[in-house]
Amino acid sequence: MIDRLRQQRRFIPWLPFATLLQKEVRRFLRVSFQTLLTPIVTASLYLFVFGATLGQHISVLEGFSYAQFVVPGLILMGVINNSFANTSSSLFISRYLGNIVDLLVTPLTPPQVILAYTLAAMLRGLLVGTVVLIISCFFAELPFVSPWAAAAMAALASFLFAQFGLIAAIYANSFDALSMYNNFLILPLIYLGGVFYPISILPPFWARLSHFNPMLYLIDGFRHAILGVGDLPLSTAFAVAGLIAAALFGWAAVLLGSGYKLRL
Amino acid sequence: MIPALEIDHLHKSFAGTAAVDDLSLTIEPGEIFGLLGPNGAGKSTTINMISGVCRIDRGTVRIFGHDAERDYRLTRRLVGVMHQEIVTDHFFTIDRALKIHAGYYGVPGDDAWRKLLIERLGLGDHLHKSMNKLSGGLKRRFMVAKALIHKPQLLILDEPTAGVDVELRRALWQFVREMNQAGTTVLLTTHYLEEAEQMCDRIAIMSGGKLVALERTADLLARLDNRSLLLHLDTPLDQVPAALEALHGQLEENGRLLRISLAGDVVIGEVLQLLAQLNLPIRDLELPRPGLEEVFLDLTGLQLKDRKGNP
Repeated sequence: MIDRLRQQRRFIPWLPFATLLQKEVRRFLRVSFQTLLTPIVTASLYLFVFGATLGQHISVLEGFSYAQFVVPGLILMGVINNSFANTSSSLFISRYLGNIVDLLVTPLTPPQVILAYTLAAMLRGLLVGTVVLIISCFFAELPFVSPWAAAAMAALASFLFAQFGLIAAIYANSFDALSMYNNFLILPLIYLGGVFYPISILPPFWARLSHFNPMLYLIDGFRHAILGVGDLPLSTAFAVAGLIAAALFGWAAVLLGSGYKLRL
Repeated sequence: MIPALEIDHLHKSFAGTAAVDDLSLTIEPGEIFGLLGPNGAGKSTTINMISGVCRIDRGTVRIFGHDAERDYRLTRRLVGVMHQEIVTDHFFTIDRALKIHAGYYGVPGDDAWRKLLIERLGLGDHLHKSMNKLSGGLKRRFMVAKALIHKPQLLILDEPTAGVDVELRRALWQFVREMNQAGTTVLLTTHYLEEAEQMCDRIAIMSGGKLVALERTADLLARLDNRSLLLHLDTPLDQVPAALEALHGQLEENGRLLRISLAGDVVIGEVLQLLAQLNLPIRDLELPRPGLEEVFLDLTGLQLKDRKGNP
């Protein structure tokens, strides 16, 4: 019986990657209240406050209501937060519980691991972004001047923050340390990166300083693609965001390739 | 024949302290090989280097002729490892986790094989339970199934029976034997020395990161030259009879137990004749067989069973 069943089956080279991707998607779907519903509710509250109430009395961009201005930023905020949360929490929990060894002993290559974690994170981020976009239709009418550019920027933002999530999960030594990345780095950068105001209304010094905030290029680029106007040329936004994403991917690849803090 | 596992001058240090120091050994295909040693001997570090959990500082590990670092995509498919620490993914049930693990190794789902593992490891009633609802013994049995799900050629079991009850322990070893008879090479560590004696063709003993013995199990046991004859006496003796002093006779248990050394060229028949002449009040006699515990103590000066406070 064992003899017969023990016969080897053909190795399918793409299967380890596809399995890890599937497992990562199942993981966030299994706790969908926390991973999908909560961020959607949060974003909806923002939409209500800035779209249906406060937003009716403010205008920061000529020709557009505040609701129209703020919605692209809120959508991208959902994409960014959830892409980061997915890779960072999944990899850190694996390290914390020790089940990361289940991956280390498999034939998965470091690029396959990065790509599987990244695609699952992008899927979660873009799912949240899409639902927020649908809900936002009740609060603001968006012109969608360059829909493909908007989709590309959203994908680039989720890719970039999925890489950052992997890096944070490797460096963090505790849940507390991991939450620091979110609370003291991502959140301030998002809030100061032009979600709620255009940098053109800032005093010159603060406007110049904002150019060092990578979030500005993502948020402004996404808004530019949707509304047709922005603080920066669309090409600049894509170039800077693309360079940062490539650098973070390289960083994550070096960490996972060397097994830093993963292998003993 | 290409060895199943070939470790050559392997070295690993943590914070300047050598955990594995110049370890070399070879395991032939089809063997059941025991790796024993006290806590901190370097067994788990060695297993971690073979399986890829631990980076290798110096030396090489070859699995069925393939370098474990350079050709890791191939060697990791050849190895199934059950680590000593219980690690599970709380997000999934046993059934789902086994399917996921088969996929990690690029093996398409083999329902018959998965069902066999589930049946033989007694997991059938718990298939759809979440991992955090399982007892320690069940988690350990799941980890054995996980190590075998991709049908490895070399099975590594690091303390597989710790916390598993006697009946299941017996069933597990029976299954490991059958796997071995079907061609799987087995490398195991265990706290239960009688299991190592019964299961292993050869045994290596490590201490302080170094290999201190590597022999066939029977040869290792035969190496021990301190067998004793124990005489249980009906009435206690005050002193060892002068005729037994040459045999290093010792009184124990308030003179009710007389221990006679059989070391060297002592012929047991002559000892029995001498005892008959002395007309001692012997109620019972015992010729204990030396076990691995004694061999181990002899080689390392450490007690195996004291490790980690585990049985």
